[in-house]
Amino acid sequence: MNDNLLLRMKNISKSFPGVQALDGVNLDVHAGEILGLIGENGAGKSTLMKILSGVYQMDSGQLFMHGQPVQIQNPHHAQQLGISIIYQEFNLMPNLSVMENIFIGREPGKSIFVNRRQLQENTRQLLNRLGVSLEPGAIVRDLSVAEQQMVEIAKALSLQVRVIIMDEPTSALSDAEVQILFKVIRELKRDGIGIIFISHRLDEVLAICDRVAVLRDGKNVGDLEAGTATEEQLIRLMVGRPLNQFFHLEDHQTTAVAPEIALEVRGLTRTGSKFDSSAAVLDNISFTLRRGEILGLAGLVGAGRTELVRTIFGADARDAGEIYIDGVLAKIHSPIDAIRYGLGFVPEDRKAQGLILSLAVRENIALTNLDQLAQFGFVKLAEERNRVKEYVSRLQIRTPSLEQQVVNLSGGNQQKVVISKWLMLRPKILIMDEPTRGIDVGAKAEIYALMNQLAQSGVAIIMISSELPELLALSDRVACLSAGRLTGILTRTEATPERVMRYCTLKQGQTITEEEAVA
Amino acid sequence: MTTMSPSAESAARTKRAGWLSFSGQFGAFIFLIILCIIFAALNPAFLRPINIFNVLRQVSIYGLLAIGMTFVILTGGIDLSVGSLLALAGLVSAAVEKGGVGLLTGGGAGEAGGYGLPAAIAAAIAVGLLGGLLQGLAISKLKVPAFIVTLGGLSAFRGAALVFSSGQPISAFREEYRFWGQGLIGPVPVPVIIFLTFAVIAAIILRYTKYGRRIYAVGGNREAARLSGLNVDRLILSVYVITGFFAGLSGFLLSSRLNSAEQVAGVGYELTVIAGVVIGGTSLFGGEGTIFGTVVGILLIGVLANGLTLMNVSSYYQQIIIGLIIVFAVFFDQVVKRRRR
Repeated sequence: MNDNLLLRMKNISKSFPGVQALDGVNLDVHAGEILGLIGENGAGKSTLMKILSGVYQMDSGQLFMHGQPVQIQNPHHAQQLGISIIYQEFNLMPNLSVMENIFIGREPGKSIFVNRRQLQENTRQLLNRLGVSLEPGAIVRDLSVAEQQMVEIAKALSLQVRVIIMDEPTSALSDAEVQILFKVIRELKRDGIGIIFISHRLDEVLAICDRVAVLRDGKNVGDLEAGTATEEQLIRLMVGRPLNQFFHLEDHQTTAVAPEIALEVRGLTRTGSKFDSSAAVLDNISFTLRRGEILGLAGLVGAGRTELVRTIFGADARDAGEIYIDGVLAKIHSPIDAIRYGLGFVPEDRKAQGLILSLAVRENIALTNLDQLAQFGFVKLAEERNRVKEYVSRLQIRTPSLEQQVVNLSGGNQQKVVISKWLMLRPKILIMDEPTRGIDVGAKAEIYALMNQLAQSGVAIIMISSELPELLALSDRVACLSAGRLTGILTRTEATPERVMRYCTLKQGQTITEEEAVA
Repeated sequence: MTTMSPSAESAARTKRAGWLSFSGQFGAFIFLIILCIIFAALNPAFLRPINIFNVLRQVSIYGLLAIGMTFVILTGGIDLSVGSLLALAGLVSAAVEKGGVGLLTGGGAGEAGGYGLPAAIAAAIAVGLLGGLLQGLAISKLKVPAFIVTLGGLSAFRGAALVFSSGQPISAFREEYRFWGQGLIGPVPVPVIIFLTFAVIAAIILRYTKYGRRIYAVGGNREAARLSGLNVDRLILSVYVITGFFAGLSGFLLSSRLNSAEQVAGVGYELTVIAGVVIGGTSLFGGEGTIFGTVVGILLIGVLANGLTLMNVSSYYQQIIIGLIIVFAVFFDQVVKRRRR
């Protein structure tokens, strides 16, 4: 293996004031190898990758590319060395086309004019190499997340990349799209490119990677062959002790779902955007939700899960349909109305939709609750502090103080801030859109436990998750969406992964036959 | 999972952000103090009470406008129309004071003491509120960008002022009217007292009320604020009504101080006011800033102009220096933000 050693990181250390982020970390990547890199948030993965991509400088240690020692000065230098990183948030210009994005700054053509034909040809070649059918002239803004990711990968390829780092590449992809991504990754592997695959999704890490390196508290704690490792094993290494990822979940079945119907949705319809009104975003959706029940919403990306909950919450307008809360017709036309009816909404993108990043933990949690916390328009500061403190300790939000700006918290703690601000309102119905996206295993377990506790106390919960195991483990019933239609609602016992996927991939007009449904 | 420490990166960020946010918040203040010390050393006249009150009197109109502007900029908006609206309000106020010159009699001075002082003040404020309301509705309901709406206002209100006054100034008011712009209470000029009073009220509102908290939230993340059940449209509307109020009040005060209302009053004020707010550390992207910072920013511009004048630096150079400081202030603001993210 040594002769095709591509990249070697040796004894890398890096400290920030007060924290040893990396402590003598070693990492090897071979040509044509897919290396999984895992660890809880704060384990040092991103610091390590930022050193590799030239964003940070290491304090001590050595870096070798093809056996030659290198000192990576800045991101541009990393790129020249053949190291590309694909972040969770893409670095694409949404207003430009695929080909312009890939070759920006390196457009073919000798004059000041771009040789468009050449540009198109080069782009097509790259995309063919990846086995992706994308139009070079398509505007990036119009592409799906998965397609944009392919553009990023093509861009890296065009830079003669040797090592590609992918940071949580699957977190925004549907299962089908993940499979396409994996195909592309295997394609890259065949070309002798080394891939570092960072992910919280252990099943995927085991499925795609050759080897898995585990970091904890800035140190190497494991280097395993993916073929023989198990999820249990990886979790144990990450957290340092055995942890049943889905603890409490077995208890959940015993939750007494109350007979009272908390929410009923009848014929909810939302037609397409003004640009494309032909396709219904939500097509005549009806379902009920009982007190103390967790209803999971399953569906591939674009199925309309987020659109459905946003419409129920009044964040988007509906074109038809009625919403009943506790059996009474609810006039919900805005989030303000929804909150008055006892709804809460934890949105999918906590930074863009859930938090005011520039404000403190205290101000964020109090935001939805100012009416309760104020008298004559003035916020009662002492009471505010006490109430917020209560939730910070109840949800175990790890923050140096209530005055910390939320931008400085880790993902899991940020999510808990978002959840806290809704819990303080004591909602009857809580909508949670991807509540565990991008957060570490420990925080996930805490959020699962919290959801169960809420359900037990009678709160009705609608949950969206792209992680099927999580969805199946938590939900009392699973509602499957496909292309804006509700294709089926499965009870806990009926909801096997295969059956849920079957319902989520049903095309317009198709139905499931009796035999299939039983199978 | 009770032993997990915050991530290394975030701990490091926190530490740096602590220092930087301190210097971000107080940078302008420290700069102001240093500037005062330098001017005092170069010219002892600078520190004489009469000069200090002179500076304060000069900045008080800008200061009042800047208080309103702070609310607008905190929401991520901008109001370019304040100078023009000020001129219109000043003329209306003067006309009411005079008993209906301008529109009503087609020019020429009427008898002083027409409809009385309270009516004049109320008229000026009403004009400001109405102007602000119209612009706020266009911005919040019609979703036209604030820059465009108030750029329109900048032109339209100035035009309205010309129409209203037929291009003629309205001058020579009664003592009672002039008192508000020219008078003293003890050694302190009246406009200074009005400015500082409103600054304190605004600071309390922003800091301690629900409304203030919501202004910051809307500016920090409009979508998150909306999903948290805030009435974003109404909050946005309200800040333009607030700038309108201050434009109206300032229009009256300026006409009182100059003993004359003119259609050219307040030309270019919007830029000085925005500069003061920005120098004071309020982010043009919204969500961050304080009234204290705004007062400091406006004082800084006033002290700089006054000190340079005392040093016989031509006002042409003063404009260059103020221009450079604006750019530096925003640059500094961005450096702080980049480090923090």
